Amino acid sequence: MLDANRYKCCYCGAYVSVCPTCSSMELMETWIEVSQGCKDCSVCTKICPVGALEAEV
Amino acid sequence: MRCDVVVVGAGPGGSMAAKAAAMAGLDVIMLEKRQEIGDPVRCAEGVSKASLKEFLPSIDPRWIAADVKGAKLYAPDGTCLTMSEDKAGAEVGYVLERKVFDRSLAAEAAKSGARIMVKTRATGLLFKDGKICGVKTIRFGEALDIESHIVIGADGVESKVGRWAGIDTTLKPKDISTCAQFLVEDKSIDSNYCEFYFGNRIAPGGYIWVFPKGDNLANVGIGIVGSKSEPGLPTKLITNFVQERFPKGKAVEMVVGGDPVAGVMETTTADGVMLVGDAAHHTDALTGGGILNAMRAGVIAGEVAAKAIAAGDVTKAGLKEYEDRWRAAISRNLERSYEYKEFLLKLTDEDLNKLLGPLAAEDISKMDLRGMIRLMFKLNPKLLWELRQLVV
Ligand SMILES: Cc1cc2nc3c(=O)[nH]c(=O)nc-3n(C[C@H](O)[C@H](O)[C@H](O)COP(=O)(O)OP(=O)(O)OC[C@H]3O[C@@H](n4cnc5c(N)ncnc54)[C@H](O)[C@@H]3O)c2cc1C
Repeated sequence: MLDANRYKCCYCGAYVSVCPTCSSMELMETWIEVSQGCKDCSVCTKICPVGALEAEV
Repeated sequence: MRCDVVVVGAGPGGSMAAKAAAMAGLDVIMLEKRQEIGDPVRCAEGVSKASLKEFLPSIDPRWIAADVKGAKLYAPDGTCLTMSEDKAGAEVGYVLERKVFDRSLAAEAAKSGARIMVKTRATGLLFKDGKICGVKTIRFGEALDIESHIVIGADGVESKVGRWAGIDTTLKPKDISTCAQFLVEDKSIDSNYCEFYFGNRIAPGGYIWVFPKGDNLANVGIGIVGSKSEPGLPTKLITNFVQERFPKGKAVEMVVGGDPVAGVMETTTADGVMLVGDAAHHTDALTGGGILNAMRAGVIAGEVAAKAIAAGDVTKAGLKEYEDRWRAAISRNLERSYEYKEFLLKLTDEDLNKLLGPLAAEDISKMDLRGMIRLMFKLNPKLLWELRQLVV
């Protein structure tokens, strides 16, 4: 699963737009949610402008 | 709860759609998941004066942080080209205060009769007999269904309305610009010009901007295509740039965001649904500018919603006028910008110097972007051969 560092996150929502599974990522104000639907494709990790998303190994 | 049209998202696209639909006599609800419209900002806030005035003939001075004379373009080797404000494209002219601007647009929609619901997040579409008939929301933590004839998805880069309606709006990494920006305070900021810096070392597959905001402040930001990015790269690169360009500068705010640079979508409508603005990839792929296109599409969507409801046909076919009108207005430019972007991605810094350098000896002050590209083509036919069909 994806690891979202909420202390780094600047809650821009960019990652949602590249996520191939529409329902697995969501931004609510300053809260980023990654659900079980995440396919670990890591596309969003490259997009995050602050490096707050990491694929868990 | 019931209404004629639900608009999801209270950015410039949503507010203009809500206002246009309400002015046409519809019962409109505009939802915004945040508690404050316009905040946090995800924008460099540049717009062309002439185009903004097309939508808003009376400009409220509180929206404008700076009124610039033009743009300065810097090649990787430091060569500087100066363009006048009215020729430099849709992002140069005024630098807005979007926290104020976005709220004003929403307030205008409210004055026209639209209901605004903040801290209300659309979580899915409602269906009845297989047809879309509104949105499911969470409002202050409670579920609330809102039935409507039409849903306008103005939910920005993170749009889900389209995907819920079966329109694939997922962006490929090469079709999103990942951005970071500081609001920098520094005495050396030139309040007359928006600056653009190019080069693969400082901004691979993108550019850096410095947009003045008055009082020695400027939005200093970077956008790079996702396919050339890596985790946190935009923030690292813009931090380096600020240290080099404004060694004594102080960052007083930080902005991050994603910007579609994806070209024209095949469809932006489904039965009962229209997408506008970033949700419909209406952003210019070359510049990343999307405020004005979102507003333009919003107005069209609001007007078409009224006609379709009056005609009793909110199917995709009934909403065709929306597709036709926004495409007639902006799709040619979007397509062209996408091809320019794709081409520019292939250029080395040496190529960029070769392209921009010779322009320094020409008078380009009154030339628009197309005129400049035409001139570049004349001066560098070999390098720009791929773009020849766009230059004519
Ligand atoms: C760093 C950066 C710099 C930019 N600089 C410029 C520039 O200088 N000039 C320019 O013209 N453009 C610029 N842009 C692009 C510009 O910001 C966008 O094109 C513009 O904001 C699009 O307007 P919109 O109404 O489509 O979407 P947005 O302004 O993004 O508004 C969408 C709204 O929908 C809300 N929302 C999302 N999901 C939901 C949901 N499920 N329920 C309820 N609400 C929801 C969001 O919270 C948001 O408020 C920039 C973008 C970035 C990221």
